Amino acid sequence: MYKILRKKSLNPTVTQMEIEAPLVSKKAKPGQFIILRVDEAGERIPLTVAGTDPAEGSVKIIFQIVGATTEKLNRRQQGESIHDFVGPLGVATKTDGIKNVCIVGGGVGCAIAMPVAQEFHRLGANVTSIIGFRSKDLLILEDEFRACSDRLIVMTDDGSYSRRGNVTVPLTEMLEGGENFDMIITIGPLIMMKYVTLAAKPFGVPVTASMNPIMIDGTGMCGCCRLTLNRDGNKVTKFACVDGPDFNAYEIDFDEAISRSRMYSDFERHAYEETCNLFKKA
Amino acid sequence: MPIDPKKHEMPAQAPETRAHNFNEVALGYSEETALAEAERCLNCKTKPCVSGCPVNIQIPEFISKIKEHDFEGAYRVISKTSSLPAVCGRVCPQETQCEKECTLAKKFEPVGIGYLERFAADWHNSHAVEKAQAPESNGHRVAIVGSGPSGITCAGDLAKKGYSVTVYEALHTAGGVLVYGIPEFRLPKSIVAKEVETLKELGVHVEPNVVIGKTLTVDELFDMGFEAVFIGSGAGLPRFMNIPGESLKGVYSANEFLTRSNLMKAYEDDPQTPIMKGGKTAVVGGGNVAMDAARTALRLGAERVYIIYRRSMEELPARKEEVEHAKEEGIEFLLLCSPVEILGHNDPDDPRNAKNGFVSGIRCVKMELGEPDAGGRRSPSVIPGSEFDIPVDTVIMAIGTAPNPLIKDTTKGLEVNGHGGLIVNEDGLTTLKGVYAGGDAVTGAATVISAMGAGKTAAKAIDEYLSRKQ
Repeated sequence: MYKILRKKSLNPTVTQMEIEAPLVSKKAKPGQFIILRVDEAGERIPLTVAGTDPAEGSVKIIFQIVGATTEKLNRRQQGESIHDFVGPLGVATKTDGIKNVCIVGGGVGCAIAMPVAQEFHRLGANVTSIIGFRSKDLLILEDEFRACSDRLIVMTDDGSYSRRGNVTVPLTEMLEGGENFDMIITIGPLIMMKYVTLAAKPFGVPVTASMNPIMIDGTGMCGCCRLTLNRDGNKVTKFACVDGPDFNAYEIDFDEAISRSRMYSDFERHAYEETCNLFKKA
Repeated sequence: MPIDPKKHEMPAQAPETRAHNFNEVALGYSEETALAEAERCLNCKTKPCVSGCPVNIQIPEFISKIKEHDFEGAYRVISKTSSLPAVCGRVCPQETQCEKECTLAKKFEPVGIGYLERFAADWHNSHAVEKAQAPESNGHRVAIVGSGPSGITCAGDLAKKGYSVTVYEALHTAGGVLVYGIPEFRLPKSIVAKEVETLKELGVHVEPNVVIGKTLTVDELFDMGFEAVFIGSGAGLPRFMNIPGESLKGVYSANEFLTRSNLMKAYEDDPQTPIMKGGKTAVVGGGNVAMDAARTALRLGAERVYIIYRRSMEELPARKEEVEHAKEEGIEFLLLCSPVEILGHNDPDDPRNAKNGFVSGIRCVKMELGEPDAGGRRSPSVIPGSEFDIPVDTVIMAIGTAPNPLIKDTTKGLEVNGHGGLIVNEDGLTTLKGVYAGGDAVTGAATVISAMGAGKTAAKAIDEYLSRKQ
């Protein structure tokens, strides 16, 4: 059992928790993830590590309430426990040789992008962060990003806060203006990452995308998180859990990844509704 | 009394009933049947059966105990050398091991050794009240990586000798392939849980949710005070065929399909983990895992389930009994067939059609077998122009696995062979001092009992190594 040390709501649909998991806390690096099960019969879901406090032995996770499992997780309070918590899994984000980085985060993906931005800042790189949200009330982690970014641009789709439009708009402007990033790291909805990649392509800037496919074991055993890379004219299958979650975005078959991410959408919608009804009755 | 030439049959659920439930297929011998079957054993002096057993169970000795109505005694004989009697009695390929060597098999059917083993183990599990006792500690600490058959065996043998043993498991439940891979209808999970409980009674600590190579490394285990490490991390990465369409929705590796159903209990009425069920399912491969996947798909409600295998029935590597059971249940075997492409729904007029990207069928070619190669296996070749399509909704790839690189990649000096399997000597010692390995992590996908044999060998070697060190 893993204790919830602190819990905080970042916006109506996004929650932050700090979980007591000393072994994971000691090891986890930005870009890595954990897998948790809320209760004995629960499903296994991957969540990216949003920060650690090795002295306290805690791991920070930030999640959006999108389905039955995250709804149940959100019902757990400070002082209560979750059943299973394993990690750190995956390969940490590569930071070597990157002096000028652009972090492009979208929605709850910003929670994953934040520790990456913080790590680059700690290493002394020049950090530009572009974070986008649907609207003002979904905005999260603005202060945290401001603290670790040399330049921060906040975008909202509806213009209800800061600048209106999606994240590719300021990115394209910067690239057209001659900005010379060593690397663009994009974390967020698949469709956003696809368009960030397309926007960067004409400028030849390397792009890393952090993938978050459906997983079960997270150790390479089931192959459920597989994605296809187009590498030198060949199709290569990779497992996001052990080979990723970061990949060269130019190689990723995003359309396939988007399709695969919807494999269980009917089931998930149904399960979410059931869970919500259950809580309503209770 | 003349010897009955035939083995007493194992009672089983009727095929038409069991095809729709996840309860155990084989029901086990009654006392009467067990006594009658035990009488068939000649108790011959040469005991060829024992040499056919990877863990050297004293077979005639335990069968003699059954003859004497001493069922607990029979269990004790088995458990002297096997840590998993109730498991082996169910999943061992006895027909290629002990029963193959049985003297009786020269003229008649062999003694039903596996059935009798299961009988003794089940009798113990339902009657014994005594708990296993943890022996006095010898002060030495050993870490075991993985709680599958090799890890459990190694842990059990070492614990019985007084070692302080900790087993690290990556998943949330102990048992490895016995819980995520082998389905409930062939090996009830309560039996695995019981074996793990026995291990705990012997003083073994089981730590779930620890991935060695990630949460902790092998080097850190030594830093923590463990004096030897056994790696039984299993086979890991599933293989795919690298044919077009394998990323369509509805294509599973057998590992994923079975894990969803077994470990995550997607077969239950109101599961929290989804799985595709119903419709038509094609399983590619001919091993035990393919049979397990096919029979699971059937029980989940598939209308038709095909096994697609590129050789003929004769070469099919699965256990005979499993193949027979599968056939009785209505699994259709498409032999001398090999998939070349998985076909998907694609509605160009409506890109939002919810069916787009899901499997619609599988395209196969027919094969013929050539002359036996150097290894004696007849290699299949494609019959030109023989392409045909089968409409299916789900495809399960059960064509094997490759060893998991997580531990190798994080342990300096640990060497692997060309297939990615850890290199070990005859004692199970790897290329690192104090680090032993066994099971699928060494051999690639193999059987439960061979993994147990490797765990046993390593336990003996670890005991000798640490005794010398003192």
